[in-house]
Amino acid sequence: MQPIVSVSNLSKRYASGHQALDSVSLDIDKGEILALLGPNGAGKTTLISIICGIVTPTTGSVKVNGHDNASEYRKTRKMIGLVPQELTLGAFDTVWNTLCFSRGLHGHPPDPAHIEKTLRQLSLWEKRDSTLMTLSGGMKRRVLIGKALSHQPAILFLDEPTAGVDVELRKEMWALVNELRESGVTIILTTHYIEEAEEIADRIGVISDGRLLLVEEKSALMEKMGNKRLTIDLRQAITEVPPALAEYDLQLSDTGDQLTYTYDTRRERTGITALLQALNDTGLSLRDINTSQSSLEEIFVNLVSDS
Amino acid sequence: MNWHAIKVIYKFEMLRTWNTLLQSIASPVISTSLYFVVFGAAIGSRIESVEGISYGAFIVPGLMMLSLLTQSISNASFGIYFPKFTGTIYEILSAPMSFVEVVIGYVGAAATKSLIIGFIILATAGLFVDLQIAHPIWMLSFLILTCITFALFGFIIGIWADNFEKLQLIPLLVITPLVFLGGSFYSVSMLPPAWQTVTLFNPVLYLISGFRWSFFEVADVSVGLSLSMILLFLAICLGIVWWMFKTGYKIRQ
Repeated sequence: MQPIVSVSNLSKRYASGHQALDSVSLDIDKGEILALLGPNGAGKTTLISIICGIVTPTTGSVKVNGHDNASEYRKTRKMIGLVPQELTLGAFDTVWNTLCFSRGLHGHPPDPAHIEKTLRQLSLWEKRDSTLMTLSGGMKRRVLIGKALSHQPAILFLDEPTAGVDVELRKEMWALVNELRESGVTIILTTHYIEEAEEIADRIGVISDGRLLLVEEKSALMEKMGNKRLTIDLRQAITEVPPALAEYDLQLSDTGDQLTYTYDTRRERTGITALLQALNDTGLSLRDINTSQSSLEEIFVNLVSDS
Repeated sequence: MNWHAIKVIYKFEMLRTWNTLLQSIASPVISTSLYFVVFGAAIGSRIESVEGISYGAFIVPGLMMLSLLTQSISNASFGIYFPKFTGTIYEILSAPMSFVEVVIGYVGAAATKSLIIGFIILATAGLFVDLQIAHPIWMLSFLILTCITFALFGFIIGIWADNFEKLQLIPLLVITPLVFLGGSFYSVSMLPPAWQTVTLFNPVLYLISGFRWSFFEVADVSVGLSLSMILLFLAICLGIVWWMFKTGYKIRQ
């Protein structure tokens, strides 16, 4: 299947000399939710801006549904909706007018029914006649999403959509993103929130210093790169790890009643059976055992620090 | 052509005028009336006529040009500068629009507003002096060409400016003095010969001269030259705007 967005060897060096992107290549499949994770200044917004046509790349190309975004920009931009990171809205326009404006800009005739549906979906219908400057930050964020959806895009870019919004609104937005995906919209979002990517993305890309470090299925990424931890609760506290267990590199808790063993799920032998046997041999009595997996945040931190 | 995009930009810009009706319409009417009181009544009473035309009527084309030039520039420059300032320019840049469509939307609206103001000033002037227009078609052509050309110039300033001070710099420090010194309130023939030569280097002289000719068949320079100068300035402005969009100058990084 042809990717809906295909980025090839994209690089961007700004006039200041800052290399924002360095040979980034990426294919995005139709209907998926791709989360781009990365620290500040990693190049996430530059990548999105180039695909949307706001920033000109130094080298490389972008194809949207097979069309080049420079030579066939009318076809590509018509398919794209963008929600920017900043709350960039006018002041005196009304909510209704600003959505109609965005729809018109993308070459669509007026469609009051669609605008009404979008406003209702975003819980903005009651505010349709309010001027933009009277809205709260959360509402402004919704208006920006409404503007991006006003022309029924096939691809939606959300640049840090939940930055600075409360937990309730964040969850509402996640629900909306899932709704949109079910209707066939491809969604690419950048985020600082690992939990956001973990919650809604199908695939995750990690960007750091302008380079795309990896793009993986979320579950595969966590499985492939995640370490697991085996936590052993002891019936009686100990003061040090018995020498016979030294080869397992166990961590003893401050209270002395908990041992933690970290293992790699990718290895053929995790060493758990041998560890349990060794524990039995040392005469330690166990109260409970449980395992936990590395969070995406830990994986992300490891990747970025390694790069 | 993305006509829907042109329409929404045009509509948005025109709506801004209605939202600031007092500033947009009432202000030029009041200032024109004041000019008539000061120049027409106070000074005009001491000057019987200029080249056979009553002084009050003689200054009407100059007064119209003064407002048209400043209004065209400020409307268009603010129109494109404000989205840059607020960051909403991202919508224009990511829309399926060519630079021609963007320019038609913004410059078209700014020129329309100036044209409306021009007609309001003309109507206001009609209350103070007896006006006759010898060549109405030429008058309208000069009016439209001037509005479009200077709206384009304003559009360029709006893209170039990166703060509000720069936005006002050229209209205040360049355009207004050029209009005042370009024969708005006098005929060049009234100046000493040396100053007549200096005035010929003022491009606004050609606009006012041609425009005045369409009213009274009286001109400081030939009508053909006036028309050529406006068309030349129009071509230069179009070239600069094309270059700005092609290179992304201060718009697209």
